[in-house]
Amino acid sequence: MSAINLKINGKVHAVDVDPTTPLLYVLSDDLALNGPKFGCGLGQCGACTVIMKGEAIRSCITPVKSVEGAEITTLEGIGTTEKLHPLQQAFIEEQAAQCGFCVNGVIMTAKAFLDKNPKASDQEIQQALSGVLCRCFTHVRMMRAIYRVRDGHGKEVAREAAAK
Amino acid sequence: MSKQPELMHNPTLTEEAAAALSRAGFSRRAFLFGTGALVVSFSMHGALETAAAQQNLFAGGTAGSPPLNELDSWIAIGADGAVTAYTGKSELGQGISTAQIQLVAEELCVPFERVKLIYSDTALTPDQGITSGSQSHPTNFNEKNLALAGATAREALIELASMRLGVAKDELVAMDGAVRGKSDASKKVSYGELVGGKKFELKLDPNAKRKPASEWTVLGTPARRPDLPAVVTGQFEFVHNVRLPGMLHGRVVRPPAVGAKVMSVDESSVQGIPGVVKVVVKNDFVGVVAEKPWQAIQAANKLKVNWSAGTGMPSHADFYNYLRTQQPVRDTLLVNSKDVDEKLGRAATVVKATYYYPNQMHGSMGTSCAVADVQGEKATLYSPTQGVWPVRNSTAILLGLKPENVHVIFKRGSGCYGLNAADTVTYDAALLSQAVGKPVRVQLSRKDEMAWGENYGFAFVMDERAGLDAQGNIIAWDHESWSANKGNRPGYTRPGNVITGELAGFAPEPFEARSPAPEPRAYTNNSNGVPSYVTGTVAGKAEGSGKVKAERSLTHNIPSPLFTAPLRSPARLQNTFAHESFMDELAARAKADPVEFRLRHLSDERLIAVVKAAAELANWETRPSPKQQTRRTGVVSGRGFSCVAYEGENGWAAMVADVEVNQDNGKVTVKRIFFSNDSGPISNPDGLRNQIEGGALQGMSRALGEEVTWDNEKVTSVDWQTYHSLPLGIEVPEFKVKLINRPDERATGAGETSITIVAAAIANAIFDATGARIRQAPFTSQRVKAALSESLSKA
Repeated sequence: MSAINLKINGKVHAVDVDPTTPLLYVLSDDLALNGPKFGCGLGQCGACTVIMKGEAIRSCITPVKSVEGAEITTLEGIGTTEKLHPLQQAFIEEQAAQCGFCVNGVIMTAKAFLDKNPKASDQEIQQALSGVLCRCFTHVRMMRAIYRVRDGHGKEVAREAAAK
Repeated sequence: MSKQPELMHNPTLTEEAAAALSRAGFSRRAFLFGTGALVVSFSMHGALETAAAQQNLFAGGTAGSPPLNELDSWIAIGADGAVTAYTGKSELGQGISTAQIQLVAEELCVPFERVKLIYSDTALTPDQGITSGSQSHPTNFNEKNLALAGATAREALIELASMRLGVAKDELVAMDGAVRGKSDASKKVSYGELVGGKKFELKLDPNAKRKPASEWTVLGTPARRPDLPAVVTGQFEFVHNVRLPGMLHGRVVRPPAVGAKVMSVDESSVQGIPGVVKVVVKNDFVGVVAEKPWQAIQAANKLKVNWSAGTGMPSHADFYNYLRTQQPVRDTLLVNSKDVDEKLGRAATVVKATYYYPNQMHGSMGTSCAVADVQGEKATLYSPTQGVWPVRNSTAILLGLKPENVHVIFKRGSGCYGLNAADTVTYDAALLSQAVGKPVRVQLSRKDEMAWGENYGFAFVMDERAGLDAQGNIIAWDHESWSANKGNRPGYTRPGNVITGELAGFAPEPFEARSPAPEPRAYTNNSNGVPSYVTGTVAGKAEGSGKVKAERSLTHNIPSPLFTAPLRSPARLQNTFAHESFMDELAARAKADPVEFRLRHLSDERLIAVVKAAAELANWETRPSPKQQTRRTGVVSGRGFSCVAYEGENGWAAMVADVEVNQDNGKVTVKRIFFSNDSGPISNPDGLRNQIEGGALQGMSRALGEEVTWDNEKVTSVDWQTYHSLPLGIEVPEFKVKLINRPDERATGAGETSITIVAAAIANAIFDATGARIRQAPFTSQRVKAALSESLSKA
């Protein structure tokens, strides 16, 4: 066990854990965050995705020690039910979920990609999501929601919602 | 081990299991033979027992369940007028909770937002068996259960208001949570004032009048899912997020080979690992409990278990031949006109083909998880199970507790699509918690989920044989299939139907050989074993959807080496892949257009209507398949048709798939899907579309890539590299969906119509594009290329 300082969603947390523990377990178990999910533990499905220094990373295969001190954002950190991120808003507008277990991976991967590539083509967005799974196959709606944000509609909707 | 004598005496129960049973208050006889009315389970060969069980449950439900015929079991109205509805049908991601809220809001004349739905908690909700089989909405929407409760409550409120206001009932109307005078709106009393906080103390009234669709304001319009804001912001509590005070973490240690038994466990191998609380061994069930999940994982990896050799697996490469040749078998005839051979003998052309469909996985996105808190004689389980009441009883048997001392609370898991590892992991958590007397959370590893957690979907071999007359009309159709199964849903009494139960010493339901099959006595097509184009005549009554009179459908079932259970559209999908591919082959042989050829042989109006609607949506060009292609290289395109009367009468659907086939590398891309669907009256059009889209794409993934594989001792498809699911970043086909609304009909299932017909539509489109027929799923590039070269060599 060792004391590790983590910066999660703008707050610093001191945890005392085995430094080889994957970040995901610390987020879920020690910090009680529900956003990042365990899907495979192998970096193959995306369910555990968090954003670190602007990059989408797979927290299930990232030892906690290796991200000490780095700015980490989880799904909880990008928006709330009162103040939704445009992607979150677009997923609601499009009703883009079934069981919802994959939503963390889809939104966080799309966010990291769109932040860097706001004018990405459909094909580039598909490429960015080629390592993310949704086993309910809500593909039609999820991709529509992401394209909608890329096209600026999501932001408008979020602004309108905020103005209300 | 001391279990041997007991095994000899009684082949289905170990001594330990028998002792657990007796502690739970079950007699062994009741366990062994008590699989009658109380067992709500899927049966591959014959009628679903669900309907019959529902009938029994309607009278009272499982002991301890709120009675199904009492209004207070379903609906409560608070002092503030807020409506709470209770249901035994769970939200698994399919959107059923939204439709049920709409239903209650509609019948009770309150806004959608005023209804709170509580589902699947044995302390609160009535036993409605399993949430499965495209039965949940029909069960609660049609004449009884939740819908009838809503109607009964509305009429009761109007009656109370009539007394309170001194106005005749027919002068009153329920509206927006109050009852008011039709002509004098000042006469008004709210639901809260009428019954707020009190019980109705009424039976469900079978004569309570449902609101006609023409008066609907909440049902029939798109409703948003209330759970999504929490889901998209990471606030939603899945079962994976249940955290109890003092909760420990468990990890199971599964056998290295199918059938391997525990010889010994070296507990010293995990000594010194921080946080380890206990090593638990019960028969062949092995697990480790630790303070933190990562500690449990490390301990489970290091635990030295000496396992016996496994029982071996039949060759995967030769498995379809294995299915065909095993004895003994259990045979079932669905239809048998007894003149098939004679008609085939007189046919101008006889066409034969064999189709192959593999074992596939539920392959849930998140591995299965449960939290159990077993303290002494009492247990509380947080479970993603599809049936809280069955799991309550089966876990009681597993743990040796009384069912009334087990409280099961449903918490949503990752989408399951049938019996994934939800029940097994509930048993895992329960066994580990019982061993340490503290709450234990278990989440399976990806490998354990895929190789040692779930019950797989059925593998099938299907022979089709038909005769055409000189005009190209079908005059006889013979379908014969082979499949294997082991275990099933545990129901109320069979923990051994899933892996953990078997490891802990409980047997799966026994295989009962039966050959030859008895003649069918009543028509049922729950498995879609009967093709849509025959008359489906049993005992002189034609109940099928087609015109062909000479018909036979025979299934052979054998014991499976791997656990199996319903996976979305179980058997129906496999049979429909064969029937609808074969229908296309027959149309091609008759040089007929595939849609025209189908319509020529159909009699069922609702099936005919969806066929026509899909063809119209796709601007279907009338011509035979294959398309005249001259190019034998590069990318070519084609279109394929497919349709089904799901389970014979539980949803009607048809589709056109436009595909591109790359003839150089065998890659198939579905470009467009045109889909028509009739599930009776539409409650939530947007929810229905979501199910159709998801089902179609899941069907596409299953058709193109998914297959369970194994070596000579164990499953080898253990992660997303070895089990191939189409990722999100594919080129998603363009969808056009036509929903046929039938407000005056009964509600039918809607979750399995689309997935059932996709494989055949794609195979038919590949044929249309290339002239090559692919008869084995999944249609991997290698198989498509092989079919292309076979077709070339024939040409």
